[in-house]
Amino acid sequence: MKLSKAKGLVVAVAVSLALAGCSSGSGNNGGTMLDKLGANEKTLTLLGWPGYAEDGSTDKTVDWVTPFEKETGCQVTFKPYGTSDEALSLFKTGQYDAIAASGDATLRLVAGGYVQPLNTALIPSYANVYSFLKNRAWNTVDKKSYGVPHGYGANLLMYNTDVVKPAPTSWSVVFDGASAYKGKVTAYDSPIYIADAALYLMKHKPELGITNPYSLDKDQLAEAVDLLKAQRANVGEYWSDYLKSIQSFETGNTVVGTTWQVIKNSMSTKSHTEAILPTEGATGWSDSWMISSSTKHVNCAYKWLDYIDSPKANAAATEYFGEAPVTQDACQYASDKAFCDTYHAGDEAYAAQIWYWTTPISTCLDGRKDVKCTDYAAWTKAWQDIKG
Amino acid sequence: MTKNPSVAGAAIAVTPARRVSSYLYNHAKARLQLLLAAPVLWLALVYIAALLMLLVTAFWTVDEFTGNTKVAWNLDNIVSLFTDSLYSSVTLRTIGIALGVTLVDIALALPIAFFMSKVAGPKLRNILAISVLLPLWASYLVKAYAWRSVLSNKGVLQWLLEPLGLNTPGYSLWGAAITLGYMWLPYVILPIYGGLEKVPGNMLEASSDLGAKTFTTVRRVIFPMILPSIIAGSIFAFSLTLGDYITINIVGGPNQMLGNLIYTNVGTANNLPMAAALALIPIAIMFAYLGSVRRTGALNNL
Amino acid sequence: MRISRSATIILGFISSLVLAVIYLPLVIVFINSFNKSMNMEWPPPGFTLNWWVRAFGSGGLIAALGTSVVIALCASLVALVLGTLLALALSRYKFFGKESIGLMVILPIALPGIVTGLALNNAFRTVLGLQLSMATVIIAHATFCIVTVYNNVLARLSRTNRNLEDASADLGAGIFTTFRLITLPQIGSALIAGGLLAFALSFDEIIVTTFTAGAGVETLPIWILNNMFRPGKAPVVDVVAVTTVLISVIPLYFAQKLSRDDAK
Repeated sequence: MKLSKAKGLVVAVAVSLALAGCSSGSGNNGGTMLDKLGANEKTLTLLGWPGYAEDGSTDKTVDWVTPFEKETGCQVTFKPYGTSDEALSLFKTGQYDAIAASGDATLRLVAGGYVQPLNTALIPSYANVYSFLKNRAWNTVDKKSYGVPHGYGANLLMYNTDVVKPAPTSWSVVFDGASAYKGKVTAYDSPIYIADAALYLMKHKPELGITNPYSLDKDQLAEAVDLLKAQRANVGEYWSDYLKSIQSFETGNTVVGTTWQVIKNSMSTKSHTEAILPTEGATGWSDSWMISSSTKHVNCAYKWLDYIDSPKANAAATEYFGEAPVTQDACQYASDKAFCDTYHAGDEAYAAQIWYWTTPISTCLDGRKDVKCTDYAAWTKAWQDIKG
Repeated sequence: MTKNPSVAGAAIAVTPARRVSSYLYNHAKARLQLLLAAPVLWLALVYIAALLMLLVTAFWTVDEFTGNTKVAWNLDNIVSLFTDSLYSSVTLRTIGIALGVTLVDIALALPIAFFMSKVAGPKLRNILAISVLLPLWASYLVKAYAWRSVLSNKGVLQWLLEPLGLNTPGYSLWGAAITLGYMWLPYVILPIYGGLEKVPGNMLEASSDLGAKTFTTVRRVIFPMILPSIIAGSIFAFSLTLGDYITINIVGGPNQMLGNLIYTNVGTANNLPMAAALALIPIAIMFAYLGSVRRTGALNNL
Repeated sequence: MRISRSATIILGFISSLVLAVIYLPLVIVFINSFNKSMNMEWPPPGFTLNWWVRAFGSGGLIAALGTSVVIALCASLVALVLGTLLALALSRYKFFGKESIGLMVILPIALPGIVTGLALNNAFRTVLGLQLSMATVIIAHATFCIVTVYNNVLARLSRTNRNLEDASADLGAGIFTTFRLITLPQIGSALIAGGLLAFALSFDEIIVTTFTAGAGVETLPIWILNNMFRPGKAPVVDVVAVTTVLISVIPLYFAQKLSRDDAK
């Protein structure tokens, strides 16, 4: 699975002695699509969210990488990342063959030419993937598919049922009504959270003309920023990892805010919390596996993409992480029979209420041609200003 | 000497090593150059060069489409450091926390270091020295999360403070300052303890024989002698706080420090030039600090 | 100085208080490693040995521990060599630029980790075009570890008797022999103290490591960071912390003993 230490060190030293050109020059097949698969290359280096490629090293019973290695002969090295942005900067080093990226990173990867278009005919299990996950803005550019889905979920609203009364049905409890829970509100710590505010404005202030929360012109962004700055006064803390969010809900430091289904599932029974999909709908994620444009292990990468969408592996991966699988067939392999119901897998009406993370770019995603939209760099600066 | 025939033997046989040795013995300058070559090359090539490159990057920009760093000389990043109120307020906040953490750490380190070196017997001293060093081996992250537990609304601190009618500071700048002070305390105790060890006991005897009260001895004799060690400790606490971005995330509530801005710019925004420009702030602060304490000899006590 | 009884009591009281505060979070970590709740609920709803069993059965953890040890050993070795050379040069000679070199060796630790990490990351990747790897971590760690060895050795050299070295030379020993037989034994315990501190610094470093580690290079702190983000892994991390603290008692004890014996 991994190189021995000594060998690793030798390789490390050898690599460090090599010059820039040697490592990135060859093996680049640019923007072209693969027509047919060849022999497997023996190794594969993956980048993904923690828990996306488990090989039993974290927990002996959690392992869907080893069967893949046995089946294909591709030895997998996996590097987990903490945020979409970290993923991007890691992937740019060219050390990775494939990446599991959320929609707030995928378009940046495509635009930068770091990933290649996929020939989905070479990925048999792709045929069974829910159709509402295919050909979407975050995985398809110019009708070319760049990623196969891994799993998806919504950013839900969680609240402490003892404190937050009456039970909220709207995001207004963390925006306009947040002052009632001053110092105990939480929000996701990322520029992409601006879309949550934009979604709220889209429903409550139609006069602003927001039709897609990831497509904001300068004035619309300013409105969202104002809303978030007002919210900041009531925020107890922002969260970006599970543990932080779980703990502060457990201790009562936080009583209301955005969450993921998996966090809700990890809460102890004595903590009285509820997680809902508010009436406005929600932002969410749909993660895609993409292949590097400079990979030297393209066959192994294709095999992995096919494998991760196969029912058994997809069930194992998505259940471990806590998100909906991408095929109906996966449901029968889940260890918890209620798994697919809990995560609303395949529920198209539910999925339709989710605005999946998409990278904001200067070309407006909602089709407007007369204005320029704010891009992710602008959102990042805005996010820093909001936190102050 | 007689036990070691190789020394005597070497004096007779003229081996190549022997020739090098006698050449070096007669040429002090060559000797010095040989000693300096490896470390100076390492530091200059690896570190100083890297630092200079970073400074240069601050004057470049990022290509809007590809997100790659582009060599286009400009002062925009530097100018924004001074004009954007976000940067000045975060800088001030960070300096404030760093100063507070440093002062509190010194105040806590002085009595315990003094107790270790001047009051405790040799055995207790050993145990104390190990006890102070031990927490350094528990992971930084684990300790930060432990403080998260201590500071929470249902944590130990609340439990202790409630009877006194007080509340835990919770996840806030105070929480972050407490945790950071905790993290760096051993780094401050160590040099001060080392400094106190060097103060000879008889000098203190002399002071009290001459009629000085304990406090006077501490102030007039001990303090001036261990000042360099105190400053050395303060460099650790101050600099480590100045660049921290992890603790503030875990126990600092919604606040950000300078480290977060740098990290966000390189990680989230993928804006290396801006990150480099922001890194100039801690660099400038530390250079000013090091420059002002250079004369005290503190730098040899780290 | 005759320290008055009341002063002794006050000092002892403050010291115990400080130590209590130092150990409070560690006690919580210890208890949490047996905490039944996977989110480290407080007070613990129950106790279990589950996390200890899992920790020692985790291949990833053992591998990360190995990586950290290799990196810390290599970095300390480089630091020992470079730090000693530098200390010898600066303690024995007067020359132009001496002060600048003294400043240069301190900078990597005096500047915040994020600056060092960012600078090295930029230099390795953008300027030199190197792939980040284990070697880049070792180079980075060695750079900020030099100062701990340097300062320990420098302090020792300033207290050692140069007459011995002169006598050795007068008796016909070459400079290498003199170093091996006279200087090295004199600075031995300083090397151990400096090396141990260097090892500890490298072993727990996370910020510079984040910026300089390549794909698949997972040190213990990075493993911990990654596991903090996974559901139900936090208590395993506590097990790791407790174990490293307990194990570290051994080298610390011997280092203390050595420097004590040395001082006698």
